[in-house]
Amino acid sequence: MEHLRGKRFKLVILLFTVFALVASACGDDTTEAGGGDDVGCDPLPTKVDGTLTVATGEPVFPPWMMDDDPSNGEGFESAVVYALADELGFESVEWVRTTFEQAITAAEKDYDFNIQQYSITTERDEVVDFSDGYYQVEQAIVGAADSPAASAATIADLAALRLGAASGTTSLNYIDDVIQPESDAAPYDDNATAKAAFDAGQVDGIVFDLPTAFYITAVEIPDASIIGVLPRSGDPEELGMVFEEGSPLVACVNEALATLRDNGTLEDIEETWLNDGGSIPTIGE
Amino acid sequence: MLKRIFDEEGAKGALIATVSTLVVFGLVAWAITASPNWDLVQRQFFSAEHFAGSWPRVLKGFWINIQLFLISMLIIPLVSLLIAVMRSLRGPGFFPIRLMSLIFVDLFRGIPLYLLIVLLGLGIPTLRLPGVPNSARFWAVTALVLSYSAYTAEIYRSGIDAVPESQRASARALGLTQWQSMRFAILPQAVRNVVPALMNTVVSLQKDVALVGIVGVRDALREADIYTDRFFNFTSYMAATLLFLLISVPLTRVVDWYVARDRAQRAQVMA
Repeated sequence: MEHLRGKRFKLVILLFTVFALVASACGDDTTEAGGGDDVGCDPLPTKVDGTLTVATGEPVFPPWMMDDDPSNGEGFESAVVYALADELGFESVEWVRTTFEQAITAAEKDYDFNIQQYSITTERDEVVDFSDGYYQVEQAIVGAADSPAASAATIADLAALRLGAASGTTSLNYIDDVIQPESDAAPYDDNATAKAAFDAGQVDGIVFDLPTAFYITAVEIPDASIIGVLPRSGDPEELGMVFEEGSPLVACVNEALATLRDNGTLEDIEETWLNDGGSIPTIGE
Repeated sequence: MLKRIFDEEGAKGALIATVSTLVVFGLVAWAITASPNWDLVQRQFFSAEHFAGSWPRVLKGFWINIQLFLISMLIIPLVSLLIAVMRSLRGPGFFPIRLMSLIFVDLFRGIPLYLLIVLLGLGIPTLRLPGVPNSARFWAVTALVLSYSAYTAEIYRSGIDAVPESQRASARALGLTQWQSMRFAILPQAVRNVVPALMNTVVSLQKDVALVGIVGVRDALREADIYTDRFFNFTSYMAATLLFLLISVPLTRVVDWYVARDRAQRAQVMA
């Protein structure tokens, strides 16, 4: 009995600690409300006055960012952030690293926005705020040249294969929702693990977003190739920056993004870093 | 439980237990729900809609957890007992056997389970050795078995070492061989001594099975993960948590019950 009671007590303490942590991580009730219309962009409502703090993943992958260094301005997303910062009037950018999940909790953030190829979806939009899209993304399937995957021409052909993708990505959702393979798609922590499973012969094909597929087939798995671009299901998929729900900064960033799009800067950056260098067949529906 | 308090400490004890429990749990509940961001936490972690939405997938994944857990639990006792007995053999002739057992335990207890699953689950299939399975699920279970067998072997060994040396000597004096004295004199006492510790390992194994998700197995935790990343809502993890608790809490109660019964029986024997 003594033993049991001690355990029960410990459980209570544990529960208490966990929830106290959750509560404190959420901060107090001072987060700005409103959709940004009522707060101007001059001065910019950043977390730290006069500083743009941007979060990204760790590590970060080409072609989105190069050499695992977001601050070198190289790679598509890094270049976009620096162009954006310039447009907003910042001379430099403070970088912080987070996991994918950290960006999607309701806890108060110590950065202004998070950029790591988050696809904009209506479900996600209910929890966080997205900027307008900065890149329209397509999904592609990668497989070995001598594998059954190589001859796939339609979605139905792909359904017979063992497929994998990084967990939590829209690539995995695409397999689950659109391809609906006979054996469940294998989800991996990241692209590196998916690639390892491919090397191990555990999957016939992996679905990536197209820019990642180009990079992977050129550098990481040279003996694999892009079998095809997958047909779009529904609305075009766009990547957006993730803000806290109700962040007043969204409107300002969207304004700057629009300028970058109109004056061709965004297109230039895209051509520099996401230049596909070849035509890829499209998989039939 | 309250009944036992009543039996042991009377009505006053039972009353104190009830009141203090209500106060403690009430305070905890108040502290949580009074937090200014409680509604946010509730929406992100305890949403009924997302619980219902994620439940079927998480449950489907949990069925895989159960299968892998049961398979591992059938193999681990055999492997670990073999390792423990190998380690307990006496005599210079058995030195290589003892050494093998020692290396097994040091190696597989020393490597973090996470790394072991990655190394076996992705590493060995990449070698593409003919005749060697390349299923991630197979190697993930193998990793669980190796790691838990190393731990369990040490539990068995502590049980074997706890049996007084005189028992072994007496068995040998009766003419039993080393194997026979181990089988009929030492092991029955040793195993009985360590059953609580073994059961504890079972509870722990039940949760660690969730690590198989690393190599692409769609277990409950991985399904919860996928759901969270799709909807940006963490309630699916609560669904997984609930399923794990549904197994581990009753399992823990059974262990408690068994230990109490064993203690009572021994007390009777002593008396």
